[in-house]
Amino acid sequence: MYTKKVLVLGEAREGALRNVSFEAIAAAKTVSGGGEVVGVLFGDAVQSLGSEMITYGADRVLTVEHPHLKHYTSDGFGQAFMAVYEQEKPDAIVFGHTSQGKDLSPKIASKLASGLISDVTAIEGEGDDAIFIRPIYSGKAFEKVKNKEGLLFISIRPNNIAPLAKDESRSGDVSSVSVDITNLRSVISEVVRKSTEGVDLSEAKVVVAGGRGVKSAEGFAPLEELAKLLGGAVGASRGACDADYCDYSLQIGQTGKVVTPDLYIAAGISGAIQHMAGMSNSKVIVAINKDPEANIFKVADYGIVGDLFEVIPMMIEEIKKIKTN
Amino acid sequence: MNIYALVKRTFDTEEKIAVSNGKIVDDGAEFIINPYDEYAIEEAIQVRDANGGEVTVITIGDEEAEKQLRTALAMGADKAVLINTEDDLDEMDEFTVAKIIAEYLKDKDADLILAGNVAIDGGSGQVGPRVAELLGINYVTTITNLEIDGTSVKIVRDVEGDSETIETSLPLLVTAQQGLNEPRYPSLPGIMKAKKKPLEELELDDLDIDEDDVEAKTETIEIYLPPQKAAGRVLEGDIADQVKELVELLNKEAKVL
Repeated sequence: MYTKKVLVLGEAREGALRNVSFEAIAAAKTVSGGGEVVGVLFGDAVQSLGSEMITYGADRVLTVEHPHLKHYTSDGFGQAFMAVYEQEKPDAIVFGHTSQGKDLSPKIASKLASGLISDVTAIEGEGDDAIFIRPIYSGKAFEKVKNKEGLLFISIRPNNIAPLAKDESRSGDVSSVSVDITNLRSVISEVVRKSTEGVDLSEAKVVVAGGRGVKSAEGFAPLEELAKLLGGAVGASRGACDADYCDYSLQIGQTGKVVTPDLYIAAGISGAIQHMAGMSNSKVIVAINKDPEANIFKVADYGIVGDLFEVIPMMIEEIKKIKTN
Repeated sequence: MNIYALVKRTFDTEEKIAVSNGKIVDDGAEFIINPYDEYAIEEAIQVRDANGGEVTVITIGDEEAEKQLRTALAMGADKAVLINTEDDLDEMDEFTVAKIIAEYLKDKDADLILAGNVAIDGGSGQVGPRVAELLGINYVTTITNLEIDGTSVKIVRDVEGDSETIETSLPLLVTAQQGLNEPRYPSLPGIMKAKKKPLEELELDDLDIDEDDVEAKTETIEIYLPPQKAAGRVLEGDIADQVKELVELLNKEAKVL
């Protein structure tokens, strides 16, 4: 079988690599069919993060450091990526399907006149025979896609492809590539962090989501406490956002975010079809709702018919007991 | 100002999806303008009303898409263009669609192009940035606010829940995120007027596009429905016992704590 050289764009956030970087390396390994996996990192200070990509399976890592790469811009990262591409001439590229990956990958695919299989959640087969599975119609269906010819380019959805086990004994070269980054057409003048406690909703392993049943902005407090206890993030249904209980940035559903955590706790959410589209592929779903007829119970693995303001504080106490044992 | 909005006809969000022989069954389904494209159309109309100019909505598809274009005209767009690929192309991917749209737009001197950040059917979000790149103009995705002053543009964009303020300039392509505006419903006079507004229909030949040049780079082999989840367990007993059992199950059976 023909082996491939695969470039993987890692992603750093606040000085640490995001998990999706390691998941992308695992995807790249599958795609490479035993070829070479080359990690790529951009930023103003990312050199020290390169070796971690190697412990997760990259064979070597290339970094581009430049003051203009401190914040992501499509022009800056596009120039850096094209310079690395020209140097390496890979057979395949893997990005994370994150905010950054979604923004950058179509630009690169367009420059390279290539296909791009976005938002991949699973890979069947490997090397040349790899087939990519991606959700369509917001997870109501899936499609199997293959690359017809030429460069293979995919982006993978966070939390779906398992990373390889970390191997501290692996070693590989981490070297820097010098690229002149010029003529940025977008200037970022301000960044406002609104996400809770630094846990990103789309990458969170646990999501505690509230709906209209939460009744007020203050009603989200127990949900936040539970999410914090579990190291997760808080989400919401459209109903809760429309009622101004929380920011639209928390919305999960067909419009809004699609999440696939290990544990999804739906509190006071009835389960409209649009909401289910955003969370029904979560691994374990818990529903808490006063209405035993609520739709959410149809997709839930475990359900409690009851008042979330009674159930959630009790859950917090029970989980604390386990955590301390 | 010369403003364009890219529009896609999609399944209604309420539709259940049915699959037969590895393909989506669309007989009898209700279709709508992709919800994110509605934000793009609304913003296009507001920008025109504030700055003058003209809004043209573009779609690719078959003549069924005329209905969605008429809706956009009824909302207040001035002109519509349907690029009908029904006779020419069997398979299209994002490469195909972006190339056709860019070919149409390349000599139009667009100041501002708006699109939805993603379509709720295919869900890849590629076409907007691809078109911008092919036209050689800048783009900003998932925007929640747009202010235009001359050729200066100030944008707020959503980045996984955080917000970024960006300063850039025209010409520009932006993709709309929820929260950008409240799309208007077409008014009755709007619907009447829309019937008389120009709707141009083009085929690949009219754009001097050779089918081979837009041949899809990727291929969908099969579409299937997710496996039906087995019915879950609704716990019983008094609430305190249920919670104890739930936490026990999450810990020991599901192993997610």
